[in-house]
This record gives sequence, structure tokens and C-alpha cells, in this order.
Amino acid sequence: MTSYALVLADGDIPARSQMGASLGFHIIFACFGVAFPAVVLIAHWLGLRRGDAVALVLARRWSKVMAVIFAVGAVSGTVLSYELGLLWPGLMGRFGAAFGIPFSIEGIFFFVEAIFTAIYLYGWRGLSPWVHWWSGMPMVVAGLFGALSVVAANSWMNQPSGFVLTDGRITSVDPWAVIFNRATPYEVPHMILAAYMVTGFLVAGVYAVGMLRGRWDRYHRLGFLIPFSVGAIAAPIQVVVGDIAARMVAQHQPAKFAAMELVDRTGTHVTEWLGGIYWNGQVYFGVGIPSLDSILVGFSPNTRVIGWEDFPPELRAPLPNLIHLSFTGMVAIGTLLVVLGAWQGWVWWFHRRVPRTRWFLVPAALAGIGAVLAMELGWIVTEVGRQPWTVYGVLLTRDAVTPASGVPITLAVTIVIYLVLTAVCIVVPWEMGRRWRGAGDPRLVEDQATPYGPPAEHEEEVRS
Amino acid sequence: MTPSPELFAVAVLLFVGIAAYALFGGADFGGGIWDLLAGGDKRGAAPREAIEISVTPVWEGNHVWSIFVLVILWTAFPPAFAAIMTALFVPIALALLGIFCRGIGFAFRQEAQRLHMQRLNGALFAISSLMAPFFLGTVIGAVATAAVPAAPTGEILGAWTSTTALVTGGLFVTTCAYIGAIYLVVDSERRGDPAMARYFSHRALAAGVVTGVLAAVNLLLMQTSAPYVYSRLVGPALPLLVVSVVAGIAALVLVALRRSPHILRITASLAVAAVVAGWGWAQYPWLLPESMTLQQGAAPSASLWAELAVTGLAVLLVFPAFAWLYWLQQHGHLRHSETSETLRLATADGGEPPAVPASPAPVHREHNKVVATVLIATVATEFVRQLLQRRRRG
Repeated sequence: MTSYALVLADGDIPARSQMGASLGFHIIFACFGVAFPAVVLIAHWLGLRRGDAVALVLARRWSKVMAVIFAVGAVSGTVLSYELGLLWPGLMGRFGAAFGIPFSIEGIFFFVEAIFTAIYLYGWRGLSPWVHWWSGMPMVVAGLFGALSVVAANSWMNQPSGFVLTDGRITSVDPWAVIFNRATPYEVPHMILAAYMVTGFLVAGVYAVGMLRGRWDRYHRLGFLIPFSVGAIAAPIQVVVGDIAARMVAQHQPAKFAAMELVDRTGTHVTEWLGGIYWNGQVYFGVGIPSLDSILVGFSPNTRVIGWEDFPPELRAPLPNLIHLSFTGMVAIGTLLVVLGAWQGWVWWFHRRVPRTRWFLVPAALAGIGAVLAMELGWIVTEVGRQPWTVYGVLLTRDAVTPASGVPITLAVTIVIYLVLTAVCIVVPWEMGRRWRGAGDPRLVEDQATPYGPPAEHEEEVRS
Repeated sequence: MTPSPELFAVAVLLFVGIAAYALFGGADFGGGIWDLLAGGDKRGAAPREAIEISVTPVWEGNHVWSIFVLVILWTAFPPAFAAIMTALFVPIALALLGIFCRGIGFAFRQEAQRLHMQRLNGALFAISSLMAPFFLGTVIGAVATAAVPAAPTGEILGAWTSTTALVTGGLFVTTCAYIGAIYLVVDSERRGDPAMARYFSHRALAAGVVTGVLAAVNLLLMQTSAPYVYSRLVGPALPLLVVSVVAGIAALVLVALRRSPHILRITASLAVAAVVAGWGWAQYPWLLPESMTLQQGAAPSASLWAELAVTGLAVLLVFPAFAWLYWLQQHGHLRHSETSETLRLATADGGEPPAVPASPAPVHREHNKVVATVLIATVATEFVRQLLQRRRRG
């Protein structure tokens, strides 16, 4: 037991936990950075186009929430970029010349997004309506390109390319091949769609709770429908992209795929396990569908799927059960979200309204948490599945970790830090919401709603 | 052997980034320090408000400079980055904690409604504004005193706890306070608030004098602790040092006379930028003095070119955006929209809610200005791009 504790405090586990915790939190804020501007601008566009005061109120309030989350995301992103160096000098020192390039590019887009967030947030009264709307557009574009660059860095760790290694040191680099490595084409859209799902469903969830409490005014309906539609449109596309991604992983990183699908021995007609725990060559508690895994990988039951016994034990992905259950969980939640979106789509198509039953509203309120959970599970699959490598096939994690001794302390501090950040992200918008609900005077709401003075006939809509 | 032109260019970029962070981020830290020293709730209300107005819309953008420096360092000089991060694990972790608390304090304070929450967040913001520059200063001090070996095997306490490193940390704090106060003087003048301008000019004077004294002490210390850097500081880098001293004194005179705010801002910035440049030139050709030269620490040429290309892209994308942000801020187009709190007070009094300033007329004129700014910025960036291309072809 003591030796186990020693390993925990001494090896790469504290550094990995710290990185994992930081990334796990940051990715949620990052989702909002990528996708929230689009949601806000949709509401803003509706407001301007139709002279819809309610949509303008929503856009304006969301822009404030967006700014808070962006500020928090900026801080946590800074923490992360320092941590990369503090925790993984072996990675940065040896591969910074290649790995750093996508990060530099991300820096630009982050810069652009920071600048336009400030302009958009503080421009409600000073800019003319459409100039102001367009001043928000660079946030959306920068969010997409920023996500592309950062995820390209991660996909490079999974599929390193574009460099020549001589005596353990990089002697030549091809920046394009670094950024557009083999994993970029599927990792990037997968993450961007995840960001839109997380943001859409989380924001919609807030208004779903409002509707569960009987607030059925137009403000809540619109506040629910705009973000929920974003998530519901992204969800089915995500299923397709995710399917392609899994097939690519089977091809490029067979050890990871073997853990994802609990394949121990290489063979054909491989069983697909839904859930289940692997123990001594047996899968317990799982639902097995014969040959389905082979069919999913190669569209035929005769497809050979590589099992982890083809790899020496020290190069297999650790904790296959964790990876497999995370993978199953992500797929299950994603499927449920598609169903939920389809339900709303059906009701909207025929009745132009939000379903009023609790059977819809309770899952809709929880959909955002589900989307976050699915995304985190997906990252567990990607990152734990990459172990024991930091750079797949090139650099082992134990060679990348810092020799400094302070990591357990910074791990503890980091966890506290991120709990504080999360609290900020929940408490501040919560407080804002409370204040907004308190602002019952319609004149006041109307005044808030009219940064540029929309037509007066919508005033009673606000009140309803 | 002289370094290749792209290597030299990236090294220059690195120091440009450091100087920009010192000028913009440093000013924000300085704001935090003056916030800390502003006194009780009543007495400190006016300066705190001035600080908030000046810093709020731009602090996120300013703060990205630190990431710029970090990213250039790790892509263009990976072994040096790894060595610094390992040897100086402790001060960098503490500086990071400072940067973190500062951001949180700031983000939260905007929205905190109750006074005690505001106080807590203000304290967070202020204390971390001391922490971040101090520990970053010790990092620079440690690098300059050749305390970072090329391949450290763990963190080295002695590297950043030497007297020189600690004094450098102190110097960074007072520099931030100085530059922050100068900017606040200029901003207060522009907003037409002479009382605040006077308030901050006293503080700028005090901080300037303290900074000068600390800088002199540091130079004396470096004579023994960082002989290489010292010899070049009083040798080839001396002109830069002189520029810095002259500009610093000129700025102090301007503050004392309370004349021409624009020149004031430029001279003060010049004083800080010249010190950074002087430090860089004094270290040349060492990246980590006496253990790693620029060439030994450099990434392959393609990575350096990639960094230069990225910078070109940044010039194209970021500078026009930044110019627009600053222009909007300086012309009062960016402000906090009234909170519902003030609106509610207005309605509770039975009065009308504050009227919306519905003024499309001036917006048109500003349209032209925006277009002009963007045009000028585009031409300027195109010019820079051409220069870079010519260099590549040549």
C-alpha cells in the first residue's frame, strides 16, 4: 500500500492528474468560447431582422454571460499553457519545435476573439446595430480556427507527423504536415460539434428549468429554442463524424481501439460489447452483439480487428475497462441527445411549439450536463487511450514528465483553482439571472431590450 | 558564427513580446497595485473607479502577450523553454497563481454585487497584481545571473532566491506601478478628470523614483552576480540603457509639470521598452547566459519561419482589430451598459428609466473613421508583409 502511494506521489501520475483535471475543466469553458458567440449572434440576428425585442434581450444578456465565461476560459487557458511547460518539459523541450506551431496559430485566434469579445460586449450602445452585429462575427470565425489549431496539436500527439528526428532532437520540421496530420480531419470536426452541442444544450437547459417551474413566456421559449436547435442540429452530424473517427482510430491506433471495444485477441467476427467489464479474458455485465464490431470497422463480419495481446504489456493502453465504459457512455449519451433533438424537431414541425410534457422537459434540462459528460468521456477515451505514449509511438509519458518535485502541491492547488473557476462560471450567471428576473418592470426590461430602440409593438410580448 | 537572419528575427520578436507584455500587461498589474494602495472604501472609491474604467475593456487582450511570449519561447527555443520551466518551477508556478487570481478577481468583481464580495475580489486582484510581476521578475533575474543550466534535473531554489533575482522581482513590481500610474494619468487627463490625473501623477513620480533607485541597485549587484550581462550593459548595450534613463527622467519631468500627456505616455513606454531591449542585447548571443547560446537553443529553421509567418498573420489580423478596439475605447464608444440595478433605482424613484441615447447621426461620421483606421492598418501591414517577403526572397 505504501509503495503504491509512493508510486502515486512520485511517478507521472500527479502530473497526469493535474493535466487531466486542468484540461477537463478548461475544455468546458473552451466550448463556450467556440460556440457561444454563434448562439448569441443567432439571437441578435433574429432580434435585428424581425425587430424582436425579446431576442435582443436574450442576446444582450447572453453576451454578458459569454464575457464572464470567456474571461474564465482565458485564465484557465493561460494556466494550461504554463502547465504544458511546467509539467512536460520533456515534451516541450524535444518536440516544441513541431508541437508549438499549432499553439502559436491558436494564439492569434485567441487574440482576435479576445479583442472582438471586448468590442461586442461593450459596443451595445456605442455602435450602430449592424456594425455591432458584424463586430461579433470574428468571434465565431476565430472560435472555429482556434479550435482547429488546438485540436490539431492534440491530434498531432495522437498521429505525429511532419518532423525528422536525429539523435532524439528535431532537425527539420514541415509545419503543414504538423498541423494537418492524419488525425486532424476527424478530431477537429468532432470537437467543434461537441462544443456546439455542449453550449447549445447547457444554455437551453437553463430555460428548460424555467419552463418546468411554469415560466412559459416568450422569453423562456425563445431562450430555450435558439440554443436547443443549435445542439439538436449538431447532434446527428456528430454521430456520423464520431463513427468515422472510431474507424480511423481502429486503423491508426489499434491499441487504443482494442481497449475502446474490449478486443483482447486479434480476429474476425469480433463481438461489439455494449457496456461490460473485462476480467481475466471474460466480459461481464455487457450486452454482446456478435460480429458487429467487425462490421462497424470494415463493413463486413470478416474484418480483422487487432486485439491488445498483439502489443507488449508495457505498450498497451492502461485501464481498458475505463476506456471502454467511457466510450460506451459517450455513444449512449450522444444517441439520447439525438433522440431528444428529433422529438423537439417533430413537435416543432407539426405544432410550432415546445413539448409541454415533463417527459421532454426534464431530459431537456439535463441534456447540457449529459453533453458535457459525453465530451469528458470522449476525452478520457482519447487521452487515456493514448497512454503510455505522450506522443504516440515516439515519446513515452514517463520521459516527458518534469523532474521537479513540487507537482503534488501544484496538483492540489490546481484542483482548488478549477473548482473556484467552475463556481465563478455557475454563480455569476446565476446571480445575473436572479437580478434579471427581479427586473420585473416592463419599462425596464424594454429599456434593457432596446440598445438601438426596436419597434414598440413588441413591448407587450416581453411582458407576457 | 552569427545566428541566421530568421533566428535573429525570432529572438527580436521574443523581446518585442516581452516589452509589449511589460507595457500593456504591466500597466494592468500596475492598476492592481494602485487599487491595493487606494485606501478604504470611501477614500479609494474614485481611484478604483478610474482604474476600472481604464483597465476593464482591454485587460484580456493585454494579457495575451504573455501567451505570445510563452508560445514563441517553446516553439523557437524548446530546450531553453524546458530548462527554464524545470529550473524555475517554483517562481513560475507562483507567478501563474498570481495571473490566475488576477483574472478571477477581475472577472468576478465586475459582477459582484455586495460590498464584502467586492472587497474580497479586490483584494484578490490587488495581491495577485503584486505576485505575478514579482515572480516573473525573479525568473528574469535568475536567467540573467546565469543560474539556469542547460539541462537542469529538478527545480533549483538558489536560482531565483539570489539577491539579484529578488531585487529584479522588486524592480518589476515598481515598474508595473510606474507604467500603470503614467497610463492612468494620461487616461484621466483625456477623460477630463484633473483630480484623478493629479492623484496618479504623484504616484507615478514616487514609483518612478523608487524604480530608478532599484534599477541602480540592481546594476551594482549585477556587477558581481551577472558579470557577462553587466559587461555588455555598460558596453555595447549602453546606448539603450542611456535612452531608458533619459526617457525615464523626461517622463518624470513631464509628470511633475503635468504637460503633454501623449509625449508622456511615449517617453514612459520608451523607458521600459529600452530596458527590455537593453537586457536582450546584453545577453546576446546567449539565450541562457553561459550555458546555452541562441543557436544551441534554436528550433529548426522551418519552425522559426513558421513563427515569423504566424507573426505576419498576427500583424494582419490582430493589429487592425487591436487598433479598432483602442480607437473605440479612446473615443468612448465602449462602456458598461447600465446595470439593471441602476435602472431599477431610477424606476423606483417614480422617474422615467434613463433614456436611451438614440443618436444614429454621429455613428455615420464614425463609420468613416473606422473605415479609415482599417485602411491605414491594412496598408501598414501590407508594407510589413512586403518587407518580410523581400527578405525571404533575398
